[in-house]
Amino acid sequence: MSDGPHRRPTRLRGTISMIAALLTARALRDAFARRRQARVTSRPLRTGEDPSQRDVAANRRAETLVAILLVGAGLFAFAFTIVYAAAGASTQLLAVTLGGALALLAAGAIVAGKALVPQEKSVEQRDVLLKEDELHEVLEIIESGGEGISRRKLLAGAAGLAGAGVLTAAVTPLASLGPDLDAIHQTPWRRGVRLVDDQGRPYTAEEVQIGSFYTALPEHADPGAFGSGLLLVKLPADRIHLPPARRDWAPEGILAYSKICPHAGCAISLYRYPTYQPTSVGPAFTCPCHYSTFSPGEGGRLMFGPAGRALPQLPLMIDAERNVRAAAPFREDIGPSWWSVRRGQS
Amino acid sequence: MAVRRRHRLQRGMRFSEERLGASRAIKWALRYVFPDHWTFLLGEIALYAFIILVASGIFLTLYYVPSDTQVIYRGPYALLRGEQMSEAYRSVLDLSFNVPAGLLVRQIHHWAADVFVAAIVLHLMRIFFTGAYRKPRDLNYFIGLTMLMLAILEGFAGYSLGDDLLSGMGLAIAYSVALAIPFVGAQLGFLIWGGQFPGSADFLPRLEIVHVLLIPLAFAVLITMHLAMIMRQHHTQFPGPGRRERNVVGTPLWPAYALRSIGLLFAVAAVLVLVGGLIQINPVWQWGPYHPYLSENGAQPDWYIGWLIGALRLMPNFEPTIAGHTLIPNPFWGGLAFPLLVFAMMFAWPAIERRVTGDYRRHDLLDRPRDRPVRTAIGAAFLSWVVIIFAVGSTDRIFVRLHVPYEEQIHFWRVGVWLLPIIVFFATRQICRWLQRTGSHPLRDWEGAVIARRRDGGFEVVADSPQDAGAAEPGPPIGTAPGQESEL
Repeated sequence: MSDGPHRRPTRLRGTISMIAALLTARALRDAFARRRQARVTSRPLRTGEDPSQRDVAANRRAETLVAILLVGAGLFAFAFTIVYAAAGASTQLLAVTLGGALALLAAGAIVAGKALVPQEKSVEQRDVLLKEDELHEVLEIIESGGEGISRRKLLAGAAGLAGAGVLTAAVTPLASLGPDLDAIHQTPWRRGVRLVDDQGRPYTAEEVQIGSFYTALPEHADPGAFGSGLLLVKLPADRIHLPPARRDWAPEGILAYSKICPHAGCAISLYRYPTYQPTSVGPAFTCPCHYSTFSPGEGGRLMFGPAGRALPQLPLMIDAERNVRAAAPFREDIGPSWWSVRRGQS
Repeated sequence: MAVRRRHRLQRGMRFSEERLGASRAIKWALRYVFPDHWTFLLGEIALYAFIILVASGIFLTLYYVPSDTQVIYRGPYALLRGEQMSEAYRSVLDLSFNVPAGLLVRQIHHWAADVFVAAIVLHLMRIFFTGAYRKPRDLNYFIGLTMLMLAILEGFAGYSLGDDLLSGMGLAIAYSVALAIPFVGAQLGFLIWGGQFPGSADFLPRLEIVHVLLIPLAFAVLITMHLAMIMRQHHTQFPGPGRRERNVVGTPLWPAYALRSIGLLFAVAAVLVLVGGLIQINPVWQWGPYHPYLSENGAQPDWYIGWLIGALRLMPNFEPTIAGHTLIPNPFWGGLAFPLLVFAMMFAWPAIERRVTGDYRRHDLLDRPRDRPVRTAIGAAFLSWVVIIFAVGSTDRIFVRLHVPYEEQIHFWRVGVWLLPIIVFFATRQICRWLQRTGSHPLRDWEGAVIARRRDGGFEVVADSPQDAGAAEPGPPIGTAPGQESEL
């Protein structure tokens, strides 16, 4: 110990960890050897033989191993606190210290359970669950409670009425939760509302280019409302085949549809525009949730996928300043289907 | 030393005995016997994951703010600074970036939820394929199934609270499924969300109460019932030497089993802490805040919701109408009818099996799956049906990674989802019969001995393995694995 004082802890720590590693390795080896031996000597039991047995292990090496594991767990746990207290503690370091402590604890408990304490195999008898005589006693006690009552039906009916009344009263406050379904038909889109982007900038007809799609929101309205989001695209004239009633809904080939998929309410965010005519089936909107695919040139007709309805279209107009505006509200409900979603449609 | 220790223990026990008189119950509990088989640990893993969930969840509730009030983010995560978002989402970001160990606990909680549901599903598979659900444990099997349903619901509610883009998309789908309930769907959806999606200011507080109080409370009651019932009936056990219908052979709780089980608790905790800190899960700051007009491509839910996504994708656009009314909106099929059918079949199975086999007896010994080829085959076919639909949930990723056209995959699986389970049924039944016939254990070493019947009716061990037996005597060995020599 003539080394400098600053070197002593290093050597001490080295020695301790070497001893610990040695002891751990020996204990583990012995434990496995013991198990292997046990497996070889055990012989199958004869039918009807009592399998109970109890071995007192009395294994000093296992004691050492468990002690080492527990000390290690304690040190790791303290390390966690130290790491936590240190500024800028990393999530990874916290996990390794706390997880390490728990892992060592687990190892300690399992080694103790398998090699330290008496190993016991025991037999327990199961209860007979149905005991006829006891069952009859219980039935008699219950039935004896109704002795002397003559008008059972009257009482049962009265109790039933009371129960039904109380139950109804108990669920009545649920009605204060609502619902008022009016809002299901509402969107912020009215005639004249300008289409703006997510920064509030109005779209002009010139900005809307063929081959891209744009997300449009209503000016001066809540962008977070379900019906606010629109898909805005421009298609060449030969791609547009709208029903006759919608002929003037797409001025200059600019079309707008609700962005909310009529299948399950996700925002549609995929746009397929043909770049290679021979193999492409045409422009399409696709919802990334369940891949309902709609045709923008055909009034939102469903091309593929699970949606039960076409994509709702919003009629557009272009004002004198070349801004794109809604020409009318949606003619149908946007969003997922429900009982009356097709009202007014033949 | 030993005397003093004994004295102290005595004093403690005396203290509680004078007040509670519980020594008989304590003795019964300490000597309670657990059968030794690794598959019995799956339920314990679920229980321990639940404990971790409660512990980490309590920490999270102290920071989470269930509010949809819109605020501007000014926290340390530069990419979202200046972004408009709900207070709920901001509180999750702050929890992840500002609270020491907050991210660790949040990720532990998320991982624990995934492990929790997985452990329940594996536990359920063990229960099914070994026939452990039969009388007297059918009631407990129903409780377990109920907990599985609640676990899926609880997990979904949990990851929906964050109000990030992914959770908002999930809630939009949930809202659509609610609306898809025939006749009353819209009323129900409006009731839950407090109005048109994305809902009123009441919605997130409601969802939080469901997630942190109502469902956990139901779990506390159901877990207590689950354990109390199994302790009353005792565990099942595989057949083996000395094991009978009327007894249970294994390790008593005290001390060896208790220590091993505590070890398992710590092991589960250790794994969850390590993956929670080292493997990123649900990095909400990457998804960004949710607004109804936004969505993300390639979005995938937590794994236990995958089967519902698959069903929603696989379903053709069938939406029957009646007199201008929409009778069954499409999301009903995949989002509600399919999971309810799966659970209804699992709930009905014990009664169906009793009816078909005419076996109304009590069963405390387990079946080996191969010994019941038809049940095992039905279970495997059913499982494959659900797993295919689960896999369909990732068709978009298969398209992106492997370039198999999405639409062709859907067309293929709309047929395959019915054909493949039939193939699985016949293949499983054949494999079971082959295993039964040969008595082989492809997945494990030989353990046991070859025994021969003597002239006087007794048995003797002739060799330690079939190979030795072949060398020792030419006659065919009678006995096989220990599992088959008990009195069945």
